[in-house]
Order: sequence, then C-alpha cells, then structure tokens
Amino acid sequence: MIHEDVNASKRQFLTTALSVVGAVGTGYLAVPFLSQMQPSAKAMAAGAPVEVDISKMEEGQLLRVAWRGKPVWILNRTPEALKTLSEVEGELADPSSNESIQPASSKNAVRSIKPEIFIAVGLCTHLGCSPTFRPEIAPHDLGADWKGGFFCPCHGSKFDLAGRVYRGVPAPTNLDVPPYRYVTDTHIIIGEDAEEKTA
Amino acid sequence: MKPTRVEACCHWVEKRFPISKLWNDHMAQYYAPKNFNFWYFFGSLALLVLVNQFITGILLTMNYKPDAKLAFDSVEYIMRDVDWGWLVRYMHSTGASAFFIVVYLHMFRGLMYGSFKQPRELIWTFGMLIFLCLMAEAFMGYLLPWGQMSYWGAQVIISLFSAIPVIGDDLSLWIRGDYVISDATLNRFFAFHVIAVPLVLLMLVFLHIVALHEVGSNNPDGIEIKESKDPWGHPVDGIPFHPYYTVKDIVGVGVFMFFFATVIFYMPEMGGYFLEHANFIPADPLKTPEHIAPVWYFTPFYAILRAVPDKFAGVIAMGGAIVVLFLLPWLDRSPVKSIRYRGGMFKKALALFVISFLVLGYLGTQPATPGAVTAARIFTAIYFGFFLLMPIYTRWEKTKPVPKSLTHTPSLEECIPCIKATFEEMIVKQEVETADGRTSTQLRPNPAGIMAVLVRFAKNLKASLE
Repeated sequence: MIHEDVNASKRQFLTTALSVVGAVGTGYLAVPFLSQMQPSAKAMAAGAPVEVDISKMEEGQLLRVAWRGKPVWILNRTPEALKTLSEVEGELADPSSNESIQPASSKNAVRSIKPEIFIAVGLCTHLGCSPTFRPEIAPHDLGADWKGGFFCPCHGSKFDLAGRVYRGVPAPTNLDVPPYRYVTDTHIIIGEDAEEKTA
Repeated sequence: MKPTRVEACCHWVEKRFPISKLWNDHMAQYYAPKNFNFWYFFGSLALLVLVNQFITGILLTMNYKPDAKLAFDSVEYIMRDVDWGWLVRYMHSTGASAFFIVVYLHMFRGLMYGSFKQPRELIWTFGMLIFLCLMAEAFMGYLLPWGQMSYWGAQVIISLFSAIPVIGDDLSLWIRGDYVISDATLNRFFAFHVIAVPLVLLMLVFLHIVALHEVGSNNPDGIEIKESKDPWGHPVDGIPFHPYYTVKDIVGVGVFMFFFATVIFYMPEMGGYFLEHANFIPADPLKTPEHIAPVWYFTPFYAILRAVPDKFAGVIAMGGAIVVLFLLPWLDRSPVKSIRYRGGMFKKALALFVISFLVLGYLGTQPATPGAVTAARIFTAIYFGFFLLMPIYTRWEKTKPVPKSLTHTPSLEECIPCIKATFEEMIVKQEVETADGRTSTQLRPNPAGIMAVLVRFAKNLKASLE
C-alpha cells in the first residue's frame, strides 16, 4: 500500500458506500430466492372444496376424506357419545373452544352444525400427526377415565369426541374444524363456509 | 546429474502448486501426540463414512426419482431391478447410522479428554455445526423414500417450526412449500439433501481440520505437546501423522469395515432401528402409523421434546439440548482437560450424563405412556443438569496434578501377564476321574478368587471416583 497522498477518509467513504450498495443488492436478490420456496400458484389453487355423501354412514362410524391433502374426519356420533361431551368438560383445556379454530357455525358445545355429524381436520394441533379414533370406553392403555375420543400416538395428546383437547397434554388447542356446509341432509361440502354461501 | 522426466514433472508442479508443503504440513510433518488410543479412530472413521455417503449417494441419484408419485417405487426399483442397487442403498442407509455412531463416539472422546477446552473451542464449534448439518442431512434424506415413517416424521419435525410464536406458521409453510407435506416438499428436500447441505458439510469439515491442525491434537493426558520441543523444534511427545497414524488408522478402518459389512449383509434393517418397518409402506397422508418414532440417532432429543407438556416449551427444550453442547467450552471451568486428572465429581457427572443420554434414546423409541414420560422428565433434568451445573462442579472439584509429559500406557502385549494372573486367580484346577478310569484336569470357577478380583475392581473404581 502506498501511504503518501492518500485521502483516507475518501477511501473509507468509498468502502462504506460500496458495502451498503452490496448489502442492499443482496437484500433485493434474497427476495426472489426466498419467495420461490413459497407455495406455488398451483399449490394454492389446489384447495378445491370436496363433496361427501354421508347417507350410508352408520352410527359411530368414522369416514376419512382428503381435503387440501389433509385428512378430514366425518364422525357420526351416537347419542351416548354426545352425552359424554358434557361429562368430560371439567378435564378439558378449552371446553368452549375460545382459543381454537372453527367456523362460527360450529362454535358451540358439540362443535358441529348438526350435533350427531362431527367434522374436523384429523391432524393433531401439536405436531401434526393424525390421531387414532378410540371410541371404546376405558381401554386398558388409556385408563379407566377414558370416555372415548381421539388419541395421538406420536406424543400422547388426547381429544374428546368433539375434538376438544384434554388438559396436561402437549397439544395446545382443539382440533381444527374446517369450513363446511350441508347441500342436502346427506350431502356435505367441505371447504365452503355455511354463512358465506347463504349471504 | 540430469533430472529424470518424473523429477522434472514434479518440479514443474512444485513451482506452481505447493503440493509437498501441503503434504508435509498436514501429513508427514504434522506432529500428533504419541499416546493416541482407540478413541482416536473415530475422527478418521467419520471421514471414511463421509466418503462412503458421497459415493453411494451419487450412485443412488442415478436411479432415484424425487417425485411423490414415483419416489417409493423408484427405491423399490433400485432394490430389485438395478444391478447391485440393494448394496448401494444399504451402504447408504447403514452409512447414515454408522455416521452417527462414529460421531457420537468422537464427541464423547472430546468430552472425556477435554478436547473442547481452550485452545480448541473453535474446533468444537465447527464440530457441533457439522453435527447440526448431519442431523439436517439425515432428516431430509429420510423423507426421500416416501414411506409412512418418512412422511409422518417430516410432518412432525416441520411442525416443530410452527411452534415459534408469530412467524411459526408462515415459516413452516415456507419450508414445506405447500399446506401439507407434498411433492413440493419432497423435491426441495432432495435438492437440500443432495447439493446444499453436503456442500456446507464439506466446507465445515475443512474448517474443522484447518482449526485442528493450527492448534494441534489433544490427547488422553490432556497435555499440550507443543510446550516441550526437541532441538529440531518438534514436540518431544509427538510423532509425524504419516506414517504412524495413517497406518494405525488403517487398523481402525479394518475393524470398522468388519462391523459395517456385517450390518449391510446380514442385518441391514437392524431390527427396525436403521430402517423402520413402517417405512416399507408408501406414504399415506390420511393415516399416521400406530407407533411413530424417529430413527435411533434422534431419539434422545425426541424424548426430551415429548417430556415437556407444552408445545413451544418442548421445542425450546429440544433445541436447548443441542445449544448447550455448543456452549460446552465456556461451561467447563476446570483447569484440567483430561478425565485422567479430573476429580470424582466430573467423572460421576459424565457417567450420569451418558446414562441419561442412553436412557432418553431408549425412551424415544417407546410409546408415550405416562410412566415413560415421567422417566423422560427425570433424565431430561439430568441431561441439562450436567451442562448447566458444570460451571459450579468443575470449579470446586479437586483435580489431580497433571504430569509434564505424556504418561506411558501399557500396550496389549504388556497387559497379557496381568490378564493371565487375574484369570488364574478366578479359577481352580480339579483332578477328576472319568468313567473309564483316567484322570483329567478340569477348570472350575473359584468363588473366593472371583470375589477378591471383584472387590479389587470395585475398590479401584471407588478410588478413581474420589
């Protein structure tokens, strides 16, 4: 380096200016690079509603359908099952579903439009495993207090038959209820809100 | 004398590239302590496994298809229809587990002999970054076969990011590239697994070795060999890496390959630990397998995640279990490096840590029953206790005086008479008359002798812990 007649402050200014310009340029380039990893237009468009015929469902039966690649459960609850919902309320983390995701039409004690037909996204709100359907009363592995519900095999979260989470398990909120509406008494469209259509 | 063609050629290269300088600096004149024991095999073995993963991985990409519709079948195609495809795939899948076995032992060696301590903090940091990369590499590679365990394992791990407040949901959406694990996720994981992470890994391995060769290797005595040098400037207690340790490492490679080949040819699935049973079923987004567990090398961290009953806190605990490892050089306040001269406190703490790591690893493979969760909570506390209490117990423990130069460790040949004497103490010879009238000598265990040996062993153990 030649030190005679060097304008040090000018040199410093140029270095700083170039660094700033470089950093801004890198920032601009980062936007397309990072956004190309976002869901593509095709993936976003793939969320079409699904129509389900429930006329052949028996009492106590669980039907699994895919909506937006996620499992959606349709459960035909028996009158006994509905009765357990109020019995377990004391052990639940969010019994009135204030912290949980559901359309307004399903924000009630049974978390559904029609009490017997329960619909939910079958993914645990903890880390996204699909819980198993355990309708039996007091099986040996879940204890004598078990009134029927859903049990997540991954991390042991428990939900009642309205997808409401028990206290003291890892899952933070109740199972999500997707938007859905009845076309007829036996036909459901999952992915369309009941109010949106009527409005 | 006129130089030969070969010499002229070498000279031509030498003028343009410092090949012999590099060779001398890092091999022929790189002085390593002369008392390396078998724990020092695992560094070079990790390098061997890395090469194995690179070569078999490149071969696998020639027939694998990173497409949600084709991936599972293309793996089966490799296994059944590609010539030697099964061997290449098993070498790669067994190599993944071997990598973690070797790296865990390598890390334990560092823990035992204080190889992470001043002046080797950066070697440890680079090593931990390598470990992190390895975990990312293993996790993303496990999605590629697109089996049930691939799918739901990835679902759980990516959901971990959604636990982060505010940005969590958008972040996990960005990682997946879709609302669920899908073709987009598989495709990008393939890109990361095959190009991005291996490049970073290679760079970190380079930095790890550069940092190591700058300060020199630690050793089982935890003494800096550079402090006493001979008149030629070489460490008195050092020997050139090549040929001494290259030859020694070949022995380690031989033993390793014996075990590696045994697994590849006779137990490639390792009873469901190396390749999980549920992964032989194609991914089904509608149904989680009854029992889901990560591959064995992630289970200690997975058990910690499950031990915490809160989503975000669980993720923090799991991340913290790795972060504390990074902080190790600054948590340890002991003036002594090697376990040989440390006090009983550290030895007991290290033993507890190893036990808790192994138990957590076991619990992570088991279903989340209430009993297992309680046990996991206790051992999680011990795991963190080892690190977080370290500044306290390492400062107060009484250490032994560290010798000025390396101590002599008896070789195997020197041990033989001692082993023989112990064996003879434990048995008693009996003259027995057989049915046909001849006498023969029989060896019978000697209870008093066995007792004496055990008591002596227990006394030695107790003395070393005090």
